[in-house]
Amino acid sequence: MTTVSAQTSFDRPRAHERGQVALRAEGVHIHYWLERDRSAFLAVDGIDVEIAEGEFVVIVGPSGCGKTTFLDAVGGLHAISSGKLELYGEPIRKPGPDRAIVFQQPSLFPWQTVRGNVGYGLRLAGKRSKAEIAQIVDRHVELVGLAKFGNAYPGELSGGMQQRANLARALAADPQMLLLDEPFSALDAQTRDVMQEELLRIWSVSRKTALFITHDIKEAVFLADRVLVMSARPGRIAEIIPIDIPRPRTGEVKRSAAFLEYEERIQRLLEATR
Amino acid sequence: MTAGAIDPSGTRAEAAATPARVPGQPTRFQRSQSWVLGTVAVVIVLAIWEVATTVLQLMPGFILPAPSTIASRIAGLVVSGDFWHDMAVSGQEFAVGFGIAIVVGLLLGLFMGWFQPIQYLVDPFVNFLNSTPRIALAPLFIIWFGIGIWSKVAIVFFGAVFPVLITTISGVKNLDRSLLRAGRAFGANNAQLFTTVALPGAVPYILSGLRLGIAHALTGVVVGEFIAANAGVGLLMVRAAQTYDTATVFAGVVIVAALGLLLTALLAALERRFQAWKPTGP
Repeated sequence: MTTVSAQTSFDRPRAHERGQVALRAEGVHIHYWLERDRSAFLAVDGIDVEIAEGEFVVIVGPSGCGKTTFLDAVGGLHAISSGKLELYGEPIRKPGPDRAIVFQQPSLFPWQTVRGNVGYGLRLAGKRSKAEIAQIVDRHVELVGLAKFGNAYPGELSGGMQQRANLARALAADPQMLLLDEPFSALDAQTRDVMQEELLRIWSVSRKTALFITHDIKEAVFLADRVLVMSARPGRIAEIIPIDIPRPRTGEVKRSAAFLEYEERIQRLLEATR
Repeated sequence: MTAGAIDPSGTRAEAAATPARVPGQPTRFQRSQSWVLGTVAVVIVLAIWEVATTVLQLMPGFILPAPSTIASRIAGLVVSGDFWHDMAVSGQEFAVGFGIAIVVGLLLGLFMGWFQPIQYLVDPFVNFLNSTPRIALAPLFIIWFGIGIWSKVAIVFFGAVFPVLITTISGVKNLDRSLLRAGRAFGANNAQLFTTVALPGAVPYILSGLRLGIAHALTGVVVGEFIAANAGVGLLMVRAAQTYDTATVFAGVVIVAALGLLLTALLAALERRFQAWKPTGP
């Protein structure tokens, strides 16, 4: 192995880290074009990280720190300027069926039912028969608790239910890696708590490698195996914090001393990097 | 009152009786209000018109014929063979012209919306033609295509193609970016993105373009026939007008308006079919 970031050395060896590396980022820099200023803006200024297979990693940071840009790059929606970004050793160049994104906005296709939306990735891939797709769709619609709403249109669902459908759509495509871009930030506080627990329940079934973006510290600590704390301008990883709270976790965990300690530590880090 | 009362154990003794009317529940009259009031208004206006012309005789018949006269003229037309020939000719002009307008407007609109350079190439022509009063081109079409149906087909086409084209372009342009991003994230190639996101996303715009197109196409048929034709409902009307047969002119107006309503209703049915997914609002 070459220069793996010094930061990862903070980690104690963990069960899942003995597994294969799924995502590897080395010195990733990402620019995007600001038409207003007619100039290129450096959004991500050197990210080094390795995410193991089956690991749940959360990136937390202030808005504008480049966390979404990084996730877009992993999704293949945004090209990196320099460095290495590889999924199972293969450089990421464009979107593919090996990654699926759960977006922040309600990005379900409004003209399709929940089942239609959930089957979208599978229909695009065109590798399975209709009957197979229907079966996979049913399984995922049930997994996210929308069995009764399979034939409803997104416009008929609440925000939380829409995000359940979004999650099912991503999982049904059977990606190697699940990318979640602040999926619960538009939900009210109670629904968000419910959805976080639901996400962990669903994730524990599939154990997909997950990269989750948020600005909510509680959410980050609750979900993550490791939290990557990012600083803004330049967009860099300030610290990587492994979360040693045993799974399965329930809402109860959020009141534990260990949890509050993590929360405070990350809070301080974010304040320090401002 | 016991119904709905909470007993000491904290559970409801019995289900609360639903009152006869709940706030927000419309009465039977409120439900059919638009329909009833609309009909009443039309009947009253027709009655005043009828009384003013036949009983009070405020105006000579060649200026303003009575509704009853117009109705009997329509009945007379409907049983005559000539009228159906006129209808067939006008119908053909409408159907062929509007049909070509839909195909061209839709295809060109989708391409112009999707491929920016194509829009840059075609835009000058579209803008020029769209800002010309298209009926001003009618004499030109009559020189080019004669007084048969093809000059009217051309007028109808030019009238209807721009609304369809322009709304289709804006339908594709105004696609929800987040849906395009979602499609791309799931690995859709350009063709898949087009068929699974752009096309269904543009449908509401396309339908409103068709609605505008119908109005322009009907105008095109009638006005085109006013200028030069050898058959058609417009010609029927202009001939009647030349002999002060005002009742027949009115009959033509009523028939064209009825066709317009019928076509719009058909389109509305199509809209419901395509927009089942639209959340029903108030």
